[in-house]
Amino acid sequence: MTQPLLTLTDVSVEFPALGGLKALMAPPDKRRVQAVAGVSLHLHPGETLAVVGESGSGKTTLARAVNGLVPLAGGTVNFDGQALQDGPDWTAVRRRMAMMFQDPTGSLSPRKTVGDLILEPFVIHGIPVADRTVKARDLLAAAGLDADFMDRYPHQLSGGQARRVGVARALALDPALVLADEPTAGLDVSIQGEILNLMNRVKAERGLATLIITHNLNILRHIADRIAVMYLGRIVETGPVEAILTAPAHPYTHALMAANPEPDPTARHERLILKGETPALTARPSGCEFHPRCPVARADCARIAPALEPARTGGKVACRYPLGADETLTACPPAASPPAAQG
Amino acid sequence: MTETLKVSGLSVSYATRQGSLQALRDVSLDVQSGQIVGVVGESGCGKSTLISALMRLLPENARVTDGRIDLDGEDILTASPRRLRAMRGREMSVVFQDPMTSLNPVLSIGRQMRDIQYREGVSTAEKDRRAAHMLGRVGLPDPEARLRGYPHELSGGMRQRVAIAMATLMHPKLLIADEPTTALDATLEVQIIALLQAIQAEIGCAILFISHHLGVIAELCDRVVVMYAGETVEEGPVADIFERPAHPYTAKLIECDPGRLKTRADTLPSIPGSLPDLTDPPSGCIFRDRCDLATEICATQRPPRRAVSPGRWSACHHAEKVTP
Repeated sequence: MTQPLLTLTDVSVEFPALGGLKALMAPPDKRRVQAVAGVSLHLHPGETLAVVGESGSGKTTLARAVNGLVPLAGGTVNFDGQALQDGPDWTAVRRRMAMMFQDPTGSLSPRKTVGDLILEPFVIHGIPVADRTVKARDLLAAAGLDADFMDRYPHQLSGGQARRVGVARALALDPALVLADEPTAGLDVSIQGEILNLMNRVKAERGLATLIITHNLNILRHIADRIAVMYLGRIVETGPVEAILTAPAHPYTHALMAANPEPDPTARHERLILKGETPALTARPSGCEFHPRCPVARADCARIAPALEPARTGGKVACRYPLGADETLTACPPAASPPAAQG
Repeated sequence: MTETLKVSGLSVSYATRQGSLQALRDVSLDVQSGQIVGVVGESGCGKSTLISALMRLLPENARVTDGRIDLDGEDILTASPRRLRAMRGREMSVVFQDPMTSLNPVLSIGRQMRDIQYREGVSTAEKDRRAAHMLGRVGLPDPEARLRGYPHELSGGMRQRVAIAMATLMHPKLLIADEPTTALDATLEVQIIALLQAIQAEIGCAILFISHHLGVIAELCDRVVVMYAGETVEEGPVADIFERPAHPYTAKLIECDPGRLKTRADTLPSIPGSLPDLTDPPSGCIFRDRCDLATEICATQRPPRRAVSPGRWSACHHAEKVTP
């Protein structure tokens, strides 16, 4: 196996939870929340890793930490032999590590034309471009847009077109790694396929490694090689995409996959409905942090935090009682039903 | 079964600087009492305009150019403002997409739920009791205490439960759900769908469920109406439409959902092209530019709605040739 392009070891990111006097009065452990809490993962050249999880699970923060947009509170990040935790020259790093932001239109300056926007990376990094028109046209073509888009402004673009401009900008400097934050957010299903095909194509052509952040489970199988599932800022399961989609080992992954409604009315079945909601980061449960919502939690899950260990899926799972290959969870224990109404 | 909602030939246009934008053109749909009818379509198909028209909440630059909307036999479009105020909330109500913005942040939940009952001739204590009962019904722990709480104290899923409690408090005949699960996570989405089903079974209201998410529609609805670029293109029982779509747009939309593919696809399907300019809609069929089945007739004649099997129709000249 080749050397990983990107290695994260025990990465954590913290945010202040309280401001002003409240922060001074609070005990030290309550002053900050850990949005990302000890994440380790690696990405090989040409590989696509999808980080999935619900809102607040820390997946976007993780991508931003890799790109230096939020500071690390702990852990190390190694990108192509370079340590990123001790303040590298970010401009040089970002030349090889492009970011595609979540909001396709919002991440484009409204006062610049598409032509200027896709050549902006060259200006920022001081790279001379021999013929701006030719370069812009080539980049637009690579992202599947006609040359006449060059003079348009972002508000004249549809969501899918703005996303293509985002792809063109990310590819401009021929990076080794692309961090794509929710590449399908806000796109209609009829457009989504085009964008994912485009990403798959450029990835194959240029041997790009991609870290995709998404909550869209339907697309995982078609874009990712491996997936990592996050819950409360930690990775609870990681492994090859097909193995995890068909028979996940972590009860949370299972619930997440089961919660995804299928576009098939004949597939209606008893769903596994998790009780409650994701707890706040300020009130992390003891032991395994998923145990209050877990349909198969045992007594000691509340006490002992599981480590990420090798699983039958070929990946790793952070569960002391992982699910077997044929095990399905269908219903919650009776305690999960909503409290009876009081007359 | 009676028709709770009947929309016939509804056309709405907006006055814009580029000219009159025809957001809805000849839209027709029925919702029978006790049914859950899904409206599915992508951005720009006119879903939001339809909801605004149903509630008579269209912005000032909008004009209803044609058609009727009947709620339980009563014409909404000609109803007086006074009558509309009486109808909204009691006979028809809406659960909006974003529970963060649809609740008033400066009023307590109890106050907001009391306000909904302002036409009821009962005491405040009774109004509070009814509100607490409904909050308990939608699964809020400790409902009496919640009445004194404010929306910001609740999580997104709980806020959407409160919005559902408010919308169903007066047992409306028609509940319009405007993408109620889009802002929620997958594990909460199933909770809210199950809740809507339970409430519907209990109070027997009809639900018009607006969504772009085919999976949710398949899961929840009895019938489905497909919209494209301001027109209703197909309607029928949900199982039939997913199994044998009779409009090329529906067929493509279903094909595009990657959740349908159980093995890795190197090339994901998409619908090439883009929405037509609604300030100057093309002649004939609205979908013809993006359709594989289009022939000359599609360019000249607007396809009429015609029955393709009992209980369903399609607006396509080539409905019989559509393959799933």
